[in-house]
Amino acid sequence: MITSDLTAERIREYLSQGKRFDGRKPDEFRELIIETGVSKNAEGSARVKIGKTEVLVGIKMDVATPYADSAGEGNLMVTAEFLPLSSPRLDLGPQPFESLELARVIDRGIRESHFIELDKLCIKEGEKVWNVMIDIYTINDDGNLMDAAGIGAVVALRNAKIPKYDEEKGKVDYHESSGKKVPLRKEIPISITVHKVGDSLIVDPTKEEEDISETRVTMCLADGTVHSLQKGNAKELSIEEFNKVIDLIEKTEKDILNKIESLK
Amino acid sequence: MTEFKRPDGRKVNELRKITAKVGVVPNADGSAMFAFGDTVAIAAVYGPKKMHPQHSQNPEKGTLRCTYNMLSFSVNERIRPGPSRRSQEISKITEWALQPVVMIDEYASQVVDVHINILQANASTRCAGINAAAMALAHAGIPMKSLVQSVSIGKLDKQLVTDLIKAEEDWEEGEGPTDIPITLTGDGKISHIQLDGKISPKQLKEAIQLAKESQKQIYDEQVKALKKVGEEQ
Repeated sequence: MITSDLTAERIREYLSQGKRFDGRKPDEFRELIIETGVSKNAEGSARVKIGKTEVLVGIKMDVATPYADSAGEGNLMVTAEFLPLSSPRLDLGPQPFESLELARVIDRGIRESHFIELDKLCIKEGEKVWNVMIDIYTINDDGNLMDAAGIGAVVALRNAKIPKYDEEKGKVDYHESSGKKVPLRKEIPISITVHKVGDSLIVDPTKEEEDISETRVTMCLADGTVHSLQKGNAKELSIEEFNKVIDLIEKTEKDILNKIESLK
Repeated sequence: MTEFKRPDGRKVNELRKITAKVGVVPNADGSAMFAFGDTVAIAAVYGPKKMHPQHSQNPEKGTLRCTYNMLSFSVNERIRPGPSRRSQEISKITEWALQPVVMIDEYASQVVDVHINILQANASTRCAGINAAAMALAHAGIPMKSLVQSVSIGKLDKQLVTDLIKAEEDWEEGEGPTDIPITLTGDGKISHIQLDGKISPKQLKEAIQLAKESQKQIYDEQVKALKKVGEEQ
């Protein structure tokens, strides 16, 4: 932990009175800025800023053979890389566990909600299907990379166009678009994380708050239905607290959804 | 409403037969086997011992380190031996599930290693692994506030069920499957929960109650096995 004990104590003290250092309420997000189409060579892309936190998400597609257990469906892959440029705490070398966890949690939300209609990404059953690769990069980590990444992934998918596939040559022509968008359901899956700091439940922690968070729950909702959930970190939650977490995530998800749907 | 039919004929809130045994790895400081029916997990504890690599040492308090691994032949399609992204995540989740009850703060710079291996899998492997790990830690004499109990709650179409098997994980009817592995501590708090699938927030809350209902039965089997060791000595 890098946040000092003194700062930690003060953050908890503030929160016990329902206040935060930056003047937000416990259930208040920082300013959310979403841009799409930020990379020319990606099939779709997005830049998401939550306060000083920033992530870039790009969608690339190619044609590959399907997995045996989903012969008629496209493949989905999500990876995340915590770039050393995004934080003084990151070094070159193997990625921290949080990077792997983030990719897996975002993957499950998109996969379980069936947001991408993978059955429509089949070119020839058992032989050729589209791969959809969602790659998440951190640009600046000031807390809550998880939610930024989840928002970035769905926004980039909504921005993505399928490249042209030349059946005869068996090659994807990345210079030409097929004009088709990635087939998506209209219900947008959104992952929101709630942290427990001291005795308070908060959304969208800054890095300082995240440092002293003892436990967190990330839940992905689409159209009011839960599709994935993960409790991270060691501190236990009473069932009563957990139920409050669910309510808080439901409420926050609606706000973020409105923001995404107002994009055009 | 007609009674919901499970593939193996169990009632909706019925666990598979639990088998639990302590002392399955003589070399370890503590060890245990825990099985939900055909899902068999063993866990071995080594430590507290000096933490290697040295840079992972925490001079303030002891570290709990869990590793979850499936044997290559524990499932139908062979798993490539070695760590995968999935197994790394489950290892961490297992650590988090156990940390609230394990009291190893005083073992500064040391580590308690918990090695979990899935010998045979028919779903709910992480739950069986966590149950085995809790017993192995107790067997090793690691100070603990309580054991933990882990169980998977499923939703098949619209029906909540306890302790999923593989055939249920792949449920195809209606709303399909939802898998919710949950771990509870001795004082009834949630130390671990995950979810995959499709469920309303309301029914999710019900699922947690269902997990709570089977906690006692798992606890009884863990304690029975642990007591047996005491009697033999």
